[in-house]
Amino acid sequence: MKKYLFGLLGLLTASEISYGQATIYPAKPQTKPIAIIGATIHTGNGKVIENGYISFENGKITGIGDASVVKFGSGTEMITATGKHVYPGFISPVTNLGLTEIEAIKATRDFEEVGGMNPHVRSIIAYNTDSKVPNTLRSNGILMAQITPQGGLIAGQSTVVELDGWNWEDAAYKTDIAIHLSWPSSRISASPFAPPAEAQRERAQKALSDLEDYFSQAQSYSQLARPDVSNARFGAMEGLFKGSKRLFVETESAKDIIAAVNFFKRFGIKPVIVGGSESHLITSFLKEHNIPVIIHEPHSLPANQEDDVYLPYKQAKILHDGGVNFAISVGGYWQQRNLPFMAGTAAAYGLDKEQALASITLNTAKILGIDKATGSLEVGKDATLFISNGDALDMIGNDVELAFIRGKNLDLDNLHKQLFKRYSEKYEDQKEVKGVNPATH
Amino acid sequence: MKKILLFSFLLTIFGTAYSQESYPVNGSYDIRPGLFAFTNANIVVNADQTITNGVLLVKGQKIESVGSGTSIPKGYLIIDLKGKYIYPSLVDAFSTYGMPEIPRAAFNRNRQQVFTSTKKGPYNWNESIRPEMNARSIFASDAKKAEDLKKAGFGTVQSVIRDGIARGSSLVTTLKTGKENDAVISGEAAAHYSFNKGTASTDYPQSLMGSIALLRQTYYDAEWYKNQKSEYNISLAEFNQLQRLPQIFEVDDVYDVLRADKIGDEFGKQYIFKSGGNDFMRIKEIKATNGSFIIPLNFPKAFDVEDAADARNITFTQMKLWELAPTNPAAMEKAGVKFALTGLGLDKPADFWTNLRLAIENGLSEKQALKSLTEIPAEMLGVNDRIGTLTKGKLANFIITSGDLFKKDNIIYENWVQGDRFVVSKMDVSDLRGTYTMAMEGSAPLTLKIAGTPGSYDVSLERKGQDSLKAKVNFSRNGDLVSLYFDPKKDPAGNVRLNGYVHSLNPIVFKGDGMNADGSSTSWTATFSEAFKASAKKEEPKPAAVTGAITYPLIAFGNAEAPQQETVLFKNATVWTNEAEGKLSNTDVLIENGRIKSIGKNLEAGKAKVIDATGKHLTAGIIDEHSHIAATRGINEGTQAVTSEVRIADVINPEDINIYRQLAGGVTTSHILHGSANPIGGQSQLIKLRWGKSPEEMKFAGSDGFIKFALGENVKQSNWGDGALTRFPQTRMGVEQVYTDAFTRAKEYKAARAVKGNHVRRDLELDALVEILDNKRFITCHSYVQSEINMLMHVADSMGFKINTFTHILEGYKVADKMAKRGIAGSTFSDWWAYKNEVAEAIPYNGVLMSKVGVLTGFNSDDAEMARRLNQEAGKAVKYGNLPQEEALKLVTLNPAKMLHIDNRVGSIKPGKDADLVLWSDNPLSIYAKAEKTFVDGIAYWDMEKDAIKQKELVKEEARLIQKMMDAKGKGAAVQRPALSRASLYDCESIEGLSTEEEHSH
Repeated sequence: MKKYLFGLLGLLTASEISYGQATIYPAKPQTKPIAIIGATIHTGNGKVIENGYISFENGKITGIGDASVVKFGSGTEMITATGKHVYPGFISPVTNLGLTEIEAIKATRDFEEVGGMNPHVRSIIAYNTDSKVPNTLRSNGILMAQITPQGGLIAGQSTVVELDGWNWEDAAYKTDIAIHLSWPSSRISASPFAPPAEAQRERAQKALSDLEDYFSQAQSYSQLARPDVSNARFGAMEGLFKGSKRLFVETESAKDIIAAVNFFKRFGIKPVIVGGSESHLITSFLKEHNIPVIIHEPHSLPANQEDDVYLPYKQAKILHDGGVNFAISVGGYWQQRNLPFMAGTAAAYGLDKEQALASITLNTAKILGIDKATGSLEVGKDATLFISNGDALDMIGNDVELAFIRGKNLDLDNLHKQLFKRYSEKYEDQKEVKGVNPATH
Repeated sequence: MKKILLFSFLLTIFGTAYSQESYPVNGSYDIRPGLFAFTNANIVVNADQTITNGVLLVKGQKIESVGSGTSIPKGYLIIDLKGKYIYPSLVDAFSTYGMPEIPRAAFNRNRQQVFTSTKKGPYNWNESIRPEMNARSIFASDAKKAEDLKKAGFGTVQSVIRDGIARGSSLVTTLKTGKENDAVISGEAAAHYSFNKGTASTDYPQSLMGSIALLRQTYYDAEWYKNQKSEYNISLAEFNQLQRLPQIFEVDDVYDVLRADKIGDEFGKQYIFKSGGNDFMRIKEIKATNGSFIIPLNFPKAFDVEDAADARNITFTQMKLWELAPTNPAAMEKAGVKFALTGLGLDKPADFWTNLRLAIENGLSEKQALKSLTEIPAEMLGVNDRIGTLTKGKLANFIITSGDLFKKDNIIYENWVQGDRFVVSKMDVSDLRGTYTMAMEGSAPLTLKIAGTPGSYDVSLERKGQDSLKAKVNFSRNGDLVSLYFDPKKDPAGNVRLNGYVHSLNPIVFKGDGMNADGSSTSWTATFSEAFKASAKKEEPKPAAVTGAITYPLIAFGNAEAPQQETVLFKNATVWTNEAEGKLSNTDVLIENGRIKSIGKNLEAGKAKVIDATGKHLTAGIIDEHSHIAATRGINEGTQAVTSEVRIADVINPEDINIYRQLAGGVTTSHILHGSANPIGGQSQLIKLRWGKSPEEMKFAGSDGFIKFALGENVKQSNWGDGALTRFPQTRMGVEQVYTDAFTRAKEYKAARAVKGNHVRRDLELDALVEILDNKRFITCHSYVQSEINMLMHVADSMGFKINTFTHILEGYKVADKMAKRGIAGSTFSDWWAYKNEVAEAIPYNGVLMSKVGVLTGFNSDDAEMARRLNQEAGKAVKYGNLPQEEALKLVTLNPAKMLHIDNRVGSIKPGKDADLVLWSDNPLSIYAKAEKTFVDGIAYWDMEKDAIKQKELVKEEARLIQKMMDAKGKGAAVQRPALSRASLYDCESIEGLSTEEEHSH
């Protein structure tokens, strides 16, 4: 037993050396007022302030505007950011970040519960603040995320977190905000592995009638003052019918989106569409019904061979022009660090740069229902923001120097930077020892 | 033993020649003379010769004579065919008539891997090589199917066992039913092949390239087998035996024809191809095979396109194929390709005529159609001495028709098979058409008009004057008996039903009785009064079908007209030369004849087209060291640990939209790799993205050959589930031994071949490894963690071979010094990590670290999506590790060119190099940069402005096709509902069975 314990200790020490991220501490609360001055400030709500300032205290933004006309007292920590850019923290919607570490290993997969109907399942309690992934996202400006379960027809509930904290309680920003549902597709697959078309149609029909039955019963349940038998699943859905919880519906085709919106209208629910790869075809419908869409990453291939080769790049612009409220997402978890470049791509293909920024900040916050306190740089909102040396939507500009979550100054180190340092050192040492570039012999 | 086999073979031949004579008879013999004389007929002897008013004499199962003015000996049953036609009956050159159903194995997730044949006995190691199968030993005539085929006019078919890669021999049989001995006319007609392994339980081959390699190896094995005594192998012996027969190769797709033809060329075989019916897509290459063809008439059905949303699931290709497939026979005829036709794949034999007529409307000549259904297949199958024309001595296999066989209103009356009559549609004693005076009890006189065509009469009744009446009559005839019913709509209304018979001829008189609507009985007579006059309007020749253009490739954004090489002057660009000059601003570049001619300020335009590149950036085309696009039906042959015999070169697919999409991202050259399912994978192929060219034309000519190796989780099948726990290796330890073993065998093989030459069995797998040892083939090795990278370097050192490139190499930063020392390049991802255990320490600084230590470094895609923005991935090397921008661009241009040994041709902007260039709207490393034009060999395969036009044209062409489909549906054509079918996208880990073979099917 003792031997075993020692062995374990030894392992821990070893891993502490190679995974030095154990010494990347969660940030301490803001203790004194901070002002960033001289930067180009992108507010997230469409505005840009050249040579601007932004000040914050106790985690809240206290001032924002023209740097040339403002003065700060000696109690304020001044950060000069001339030539640099300030952005609101980017928000990653619908991600399984922190619910999995290494996707191929089952033991690290905590985002998909067994069974088709799991509205009661909550992502937040499985969110791993010690994951090595979030730190790599912070370095690119992603400071908040909607931790979302997957799988089945109803996957469970998501929570918005800040990417900093000792444990999930700390990280949680707004818990159990939405239930996630995967709409039964009406598309018929012609794959040689797929069942016959008729069987597929029947299956889709049955899935819909089952869903209708399920929602009807859940709705009735929500009206019971005191149910004789309590049902955790139906209980979890109460908020949907009372308007306190959102419903995120993952669906792609134009037909399915329309079907889903109409379906939930009967229950008084206005869903958020997730995916919507054909949403650009029905912008007037979406606008008319005021349905927001969280689109897939623009770095996708078009769904059809016949589509404009750049369609995924241009989709955001088409939605914007059609008056649809939308945000941009990225699939997966480690991939979230490329979220800024998704917005950048939308900007390259027609969307106004500040609108592109909004699609990963304020628009997202609105869809998640957290825009009163965060998502843009406005007085009274959270000081969740960062400074980048260049254009943060472009890979050759994105260089996050400082980042704050509610005024807390983050440690921007991460596993990758550490390994970079570790091996830079190895090759530096070789040079010193041998006095030559190792490549030459 | 061999003698006995030979004897039984002879017996079969005699058995057919002398009919069923060898069989005892139960009871009295009933042998009939079988003497028939068909007189006054138009006898179509063959497509080139018709005898009018001829006589055909049949004696027993044979044709006794064909001619005109023949005197008919006594004892012949005379059948008067005045006005009718006799044709040789049709031959279906490729069918499964009389063959047992081939069972389809159910998918079983937990099935364990099967490495060698499960068939008992001394057969081939791989079950899909089954030349020992022969149709004659399992053939059973099938009265029901024979009847259907006879109704459609067929008299003879080839029956094929459609199972396996080497499928054994087929037979040719007439459709005579009863004892098979009478019907089979060639017991071994042809040897058959395909790329589809069918029901074979062996896992190998899993990919098309595996099928190709297996067949090639079998040819070598069979040759070796002839002169060895170490192994007894029925399959190889039979394979050799079958070489004397016609060799028929069944494929589903035009590119497979070209693939099969290459195998034929290698082994001196000229196949007959049973094609997929889309030969028109590459008619020039099809013609160049010099092969003859059996082409199907199972044209795709129109789609149900009324629901616009569902119609989006139909690809442009599917629409085009629907319209163009019926032009295939005409295209083959026009190109002068010899071909037979088959009804294989049709829902029902009756569709044969619908589709054949459609092919004729689309330009196929009737003469060619007849040849392709008679003489040509008879000759192809070596039975033209027995069938195919109406010639003395041949089998009495013919059909009697009302008129020209190919006219829409033609009726096949009878189908005679070996002197046996089969009535399809009863021949009328005489033509009943004409006007008749009709008297019906209790009714004023009527006029009965019989029009239309014999067999499909249009009958009406009328009476003029005060008590006028006009009614359509439902008329049917069975021999001399007729029945009619009609509704006079008065006194009383309701159907009057009449029965009758032909009372007399010359003139025709009908007599009979019947029942009125009210139940009262009646009687009637009708007497011929006036001959039928064909209505003045002759059948108008249908206007030739109008079809849209064939584009290359036949998918969205394909070109009807190939884009041309241009002389272009890029004026005033920022030129990223990737040479000592570095990045030059306000500089001109001139390209001519597909090469870069000069670089400088204020160059003379001369005849060149000038492109104002002010504010834009010009770079060398992007080179993707690790790509899996433009390949078909499997990127992995992962069924064995070593598959160096398979070649991506065999499966290049130009019909991949990703070629176009990647041109739109500035990619000009791609290295198409085998996947990473095994330690030694297949040989790779370098291509240029020449959109619209044929597979051969896409290949990067003169480039060195490479091969894919792989390490880590994929090769040890870590993430493959419980069905993959038996293939060696399952650990990194085993991986080392696979390499050691393979190269040890390769060295021994090389030494043995050097001494004993061809007495040593040629082994395609080892040939490739010997090429590596001889520095003629170069390794690019998929790799992740440092331990295994280190291992392979040691194996290479000790076995005496070189590693050219580590690809993926996500922990390259940990062993960069060791790589640099050996001159091994590293081609990695910019920022992928965390998806599996071996990438837990993959970092985006990898590229920078490797390149700083002196490793030749590049970024690759392994992903059809990322490939089209590799420039941005290069930009990430600036973000992560601050690599200078010009160096970053080289990660996706010059450096991969060096890795692939093509930097003398591409990778930088230098006079003399290929004009593979990209014009960007912005700094190419920036997210805001768009590829406005991409040139390969000085040809602008991607042009943003032209693309906008193409998009508009595409919408128009789709709309036209949809309208045409709706018209077709309105006219009663069969339709199918749209379903979503998407082409496969491959990455390293894609495992795809051949069951998706119908990727291009219709």
